[in-house]
Amino acid sequence: MTETSYPGPRLELVDVHKAFGPKVVLDGLNLSVAKGESVVIIGGSGTGKSVTLKCILGLLHPDSGQIRIDGEDTVGLRGAERERVLTKFGMLFQSAALFDSLTVWENVAFGLIEGAGMEREAARVIAIEKLAKVGLDEDIAEGDPAGLSGGMKKRVGLARAIATEPDIIFFDEPTTGLDPIMGDVINNLINECVQDLGATTLTITHDMSSARVIADRVAMLYGGKIIWAGGVDEIDECDNPFVDQFIHGREDGPFALEVT
Amino acid sequence: MAAAGRARVLWMANPLAAIGRIFLSFLATVGRLSIFTGRSLSAVVTAPFYWRLCLQQMMTIGYYSLPVVGMTALFTGAVLALQIYLGSARFGAESAVPNIVVVGLTRELGPVLAGLMLGGRVGAAIAAELGTMKVTEQLDALITLQTNPFRYLVVPRLVAAAITTPILVLIADIIGVMGGYLVGIHRLDFNSAVYLKNTFDFLEVMDVTSGLVKAAIFGFLIALMGCYHGFNSKGGAQGVGRATTDAVVSSLILILISNYFVTEAFFSQ
Repeated sequence: MTETSYPGPRLELVDVHKAFGPKVVLDGLNLSVAKGESVVIIGGSGTGKSVTLKCILGLLHPDSGQIRIDGEDTVGLRGAERERVLTKFGMLFQSAALFDSLTVWENVAFGLIEGAGMEREAARVIAIEKLAKVGLDEDIAEGDPAGLSGGMKKRVGLARAIATEPDIIFFDEPTTGLDPIMGDVINNLINECVQDLGATTLTITHDMSSARVIADRVAMLYGGKIIWAGGVDEIDECDNPFVDQFIHGREDGPFALEVT
Repeated sequence: MAAAGRARVLWMANPLAAIGRIFLSFLATVGRLSIFTGRSLSAVVTAPFYWRLCLQQMMTIGYYSLPVVGMTALFTGAVLALQIYLGSARFGAESAVPNIVVVGLTRELGPVLAGLMLGGRVGAAIAAELGTMKVTEQLDALITLQTNPFRYLVVPRLVAAAITTPILVLIADIIGVMGGYLVGIHRLDFNSAVYLKNTFDFLEVMDVTSGLVKAAIFGFLIALMGCYHGFNSKGGAQGVGRATTDAVVSSLILILISNYFVTEAFFSQ
């Protein structure tokens, strides 16, 4: 992990706009994540949660606004400058996004070998260590990711996300597609790994039980903006009708028109 | 279906506007492809270069394509010998069979047929693999792991295809000449020594090198089309299928078009 002397938030989005043709996805998004904080963004499908993460990582370019990481505006960074910023990040993708052409340990060690330039043998030792941290045996290290179950893939993805000990970790729908027990295992693993690293995390999810376990703070994204943000313990007392409908999963409410 | 119906109505209502839209879309594709090619070429000359991946791709593209290219060349050489014999017999020039077989194979049929076979086999495989990586977020994962997808995925395939295709074509030339030779001595009653002497006496270095230059260009185009369409695939399995088809069709068309211009360039020398 890299130390930074910047006293402000680790991650800050200021008035971020992003549209795809006539469809406006982010419409003046503001969000701030403090060092060591775990923020979960909740919201319906197609509200721009994934677009937000992709804009921060530079996979998509916002139309306007600022995305500050440790105080540095990263919008428009390319090439080596973008790669420098990305060394601060780890990410667990929704589908785990493991590389089919590599073995399990090579997937976990990828950022160490290709990103940090570490020798393969040294990286393999760390990969095995990280696999153990997420509860996976060394036996699967030489295997093919295609042979793993959904839960195991997520664990390997988590091991890959923490392998380089990043400052900021993103989790994209970490429990989607998993049974409730495996979902809980992943949530607890995320908490353990993040506490060990002292990392700042930003998670997007539909899964309220996951949000309650992972989050320090919850933010609700709707209409391209954060319409409510507060502590995870405040969410049940929240009087925002969108949040209320979402956390209780009711059909009736302000979201109703869009459901039909 | 509804979109197709709308497009048909628009076309009937204003054919000029429809032609304009097609032309603009073509220009946009050319622009995107040019940018992709520029990024790929700049990645070729900047570090890091992934030697291990390049060697893997040389095995996949070159070694594993040998059977299909070899079979194509063998039977093309054999058929060429038969057809040229039939044609040349009409004006009593049967002895020209070995000469025409070797020139036809090395200058034209070897590189073009090998290119077309590789376009189907390799172009499709590259587009399907990279397309699947795109739709399963593996390309995004590469970027978040501070790895440039152009250097890691595109460059090894471009370099491997541009190097191994000429090697494959050289082997195809030899196998094709052998196919003609087998038909020549067993079916057309040529003397073995005379057939070989006519083949090698008539062959010039330029015949072989022009074919190999073509092969390198074809290999580059096949890998480029596979990578371009794979990187631009979207929408799940159907999108990957479309990318694969587009990669094969576009690489075959580009091979045939570039073949004319390269032949013209060598012809004027």
